[in-house]
Amino acid sequence: MEDFEVIRIDLEKCSGCGICVSACPFGSIEMVENHPLIKEDCRLCGSCVSACPLGLISLVESSKKGDVEQYKGVAVFAEQRGGVIHPVAYELLGKGKELSKQLNEPLYAVLLGCGIKEAAGELAIRGADKVYVYDDPMLREIREDPYADVLSKFVKEEKPSIFLIGATAIGRSLGPKLAAKLRTGLTADCTGLEIDPETKLLKQTRPAFGGNVMATIICPDSRPQMATVRYKVMKEAEKNSDSKGEIIEKKMDYKGISDRVKILDFQPAKETVSIVDADIVISGGKGLGEAKGFRLLEELANIMDGAVGASRPTVDEGWIDYTHQVGLSGKTVRPKLYIACGISGAVQHLAGMKTSDYIIAINKDKEAPIFKVATLGIVGDCYEVLPILQKKIMEYKKNGKLR
Amino acid sequence: MSEGLNIIVCIKQVPATTEVEIDPETGTLKREGIESVINPFDEYAIEESIRLKEKYGGIVKVVTMGPPMAEQALRDAIAMGCDQAILITDRVFAGADTWATSLTLARCIDKLKPYDIVLCGLKTTDGDTGQTGPELAEHLGIPHICYVNRILGIDNGVMRVTRALDDGVETLESNLPLLLTVTKEINHPRLATLKGRLLAKRAEIKKFTLKEIGGDPKEYGLSGSFTRVIKVFTPSPPVSGEVMEVDPEIAAQKIFEKLVEIKVI
Ligand SMILES: Cc1cc2nc3c(=O)[nH]c(=O)nc-3n(C[C@H](O)[C@H](O)[C@H](O)COP(=O)(O)OP(=O)(O)OC[C@H]3O[C@@H](n4cnc5c(N)ncnc54)[C@H](O)[C@@H]3O)c2cc1C
Ligand SMILES: Nc1ncnc2c1ncn2[C@@H]1O[C@H](COP(=O)(O)O)[C@@H](O)[C@H]1O
Repeated sequence: MEDFEVIRIDLEKCSGCGICVSACPFGSIEMVENHPLIKEDCRLCGSCVSACPLGLISLVESSKKGDVEQYKGVAVFAEQRGGVIHPVAYELLGKGKELSKQLNEPLYAVLLGCGIKEAAGELAIRGADKVYVYDDPMLREIREDPYADVLSKFVKEEKPSIFLIGATAIGRSLGPKLAAKLRTGLTADCTGLEIDPETKLLKQTRPAFGGNVMATIICPDSRPQMATVRYKVMKEAEKNSDSKGEIIEKKMDYKGISDRVKILDFQPAKETVSIVDADIVISGGKGLGEAKGFRLLEELANIMDGAVGASRPTVDEGWIDYTHQVGLSGKTVRPKLYIACGISGAVQHLAGMKTSDYIIAINKDKEAPIFKVATLGIVGDCYEVLPILQKKIMEYKKNGKLR
Repeated sequence: MSEGLNIIVCIKQVPATTEVEIDPETGTLKREGIESVINPFDEYAIEESIRLKEKYGGIVKVVTMGPPMAEQALRDAIAMGCDQAILITDRVFAGADTWATSLTLARCIDKLKPYDIVLCGLKTTDGDTGQTGPELAEHLGIPHICYVNRILGIDNGVMRVTRALDDGVETLESNLPLLLTVTKEINHPRLATLKGRLLAKRAEIKKFTLKEIGGDPKEYGLSGSFTRVIKVFTPSPPVSGEVMEVDPEIAAQKIFEKLVEIKVI
């Protein structure tokens, strides 16, 4: 493999002592005919370099930097389940388009799965210049082992300079495995991405320390520059049937593909309307005072076709299930309308909902920070306001008009 | 596996609060006077490692990379029931990103061979990436499973677990050795007993420095990291709209009109 040219052994002078073999922490050196042979799973750690008593082994330095120039283009991992693309991939394409325009480089989507032709077309319509497809039964379910190996081959062949992955559960497990394989940096859970106009580096911004501060991170000397990106933060790429994205079917090469973890079963979550997908999210906080308060929100959500969200303390209290939690340690939502009832608006909560199109807040305390992000803030008691609101909506729905 | 399991659990010492502030003068984080604790997510990993040992027999080694004061986190883990502790500490390890952290941990864990299971927390409250576990597994050349919420059992060197994804629950199986990251659902971490605390006080903490870990100093810490933090800032306050203090009837009417205006009902 081309990578291994970065370790050089002066075999002429080698005495065949074998010290390097025992020095290698990964067991990647073998003695073949009295001479060391570096195997494919070498991680370039350099342990052998310092171990060789004759100083015959060297790491060819700065191969790291030299490579950077060869990498071009923005690649997006298109997560799918059962042939249905996860919408975060469209968001990545939306952002990816912006970045690739600024760089004047192409935008790629990479799709792995089985029986996914149609899905590939969808990615082309959303603006990918090239859609690379690996269609194979081995890739039917997302499994970190074969997926990371295939993606790593993809990166080595196509050399994108930026690689974006949705920060879904799968993405956050697959991303770091891939980054470690590719020997490159990875920034977790980004909420902002931009190209530095001077250096052309990708500036990756993410919340740190529980969202109290934001950090901007770069990956200057290795490629690709990798990031996992929060769902529902970026805008989806629009469909455009004029898009002339090319679909490229890649042949699956089983060599070097590992496959160690088996999926025995998958039980889909029961939930009907997920807060992440709903157009309207009505959330309750500690201010509801008790679990029963959520009944009121559920009724309201039902008549409005919305979903019920929650702040962390209500989940900790056991008033509602964790799947409803909005915020830094819960889900990010970006509905058309977010109604916050009895929520103070701590930064960690805001981190999960502040990009909603409209925010209505009801809180007793007029100093509550939630009002700083609210389009409409009501200083009041939700137990007084919500029942009246519910009545008004029901009447309106019945009569179909504004009174 | 006749002598039971060799389990390694990775923990990190973190500030007890995330309420950090930026010093407006220097632009750096104010960190003085903040107490340090075991990363709360790692307590679940510790608990699970002890439960595995209780069920299958074996030994639990707890590992952390950090400054000398991180020794306290290891003692706390021993007080809970871990058997041996290793502190990876050296100036050259400072400033590591997840790549350099996981590489350092891998080099250390490699010296603790043979091992069957490596356990990590879901994420840390300070780094907050959840990347260290999977990257570590890759460095070690072993498979990993993230978000494990239940260990179903180990049979003949094969482990079965369930894990929580965004859209459902998967049941998985893999040969050992295997790295797991565990969620809060998996157990309720025990409190240390008095006996455990006494044991922890006296316990020997093994120290690994660059010398024991091996390799080139350039591979570690800040210089071994691929990512660089170039800016830390406080999120800009968002723009706010109208805030009104009116009686409930009018308030409900205002909300209602807004709903109609933005066409959501
Ligand atoms: C690392 C970390 C991660 C976190 N992640 C999250 C997260 O993902 N999601 C999250 O939500 N939090 C998260 N938090 C917690 C967060 O800091 C806050 O503690 C939490 O959001 C507060 O929830 P709350 O607004 O419901 O409760 P409170 O702050 O207690 O606010 C209750 C509000 O209700 C008002 N109120 C009381 N009664 C009424 C009434 N009858 N009618 C109207 N208003 C009323 C009060 O005036 C008050 O403003 C996290 C914290 C940390 C440190
Ligand atoms: N310095 C460290 N020493 C030991 N384990 C660590 C360290 N940093 C992270 N980990 C482990 O990796 C997990 C994820 O950490 P992070 O990637 O920082 O969110 C933690 O829960 C720990 O189990």
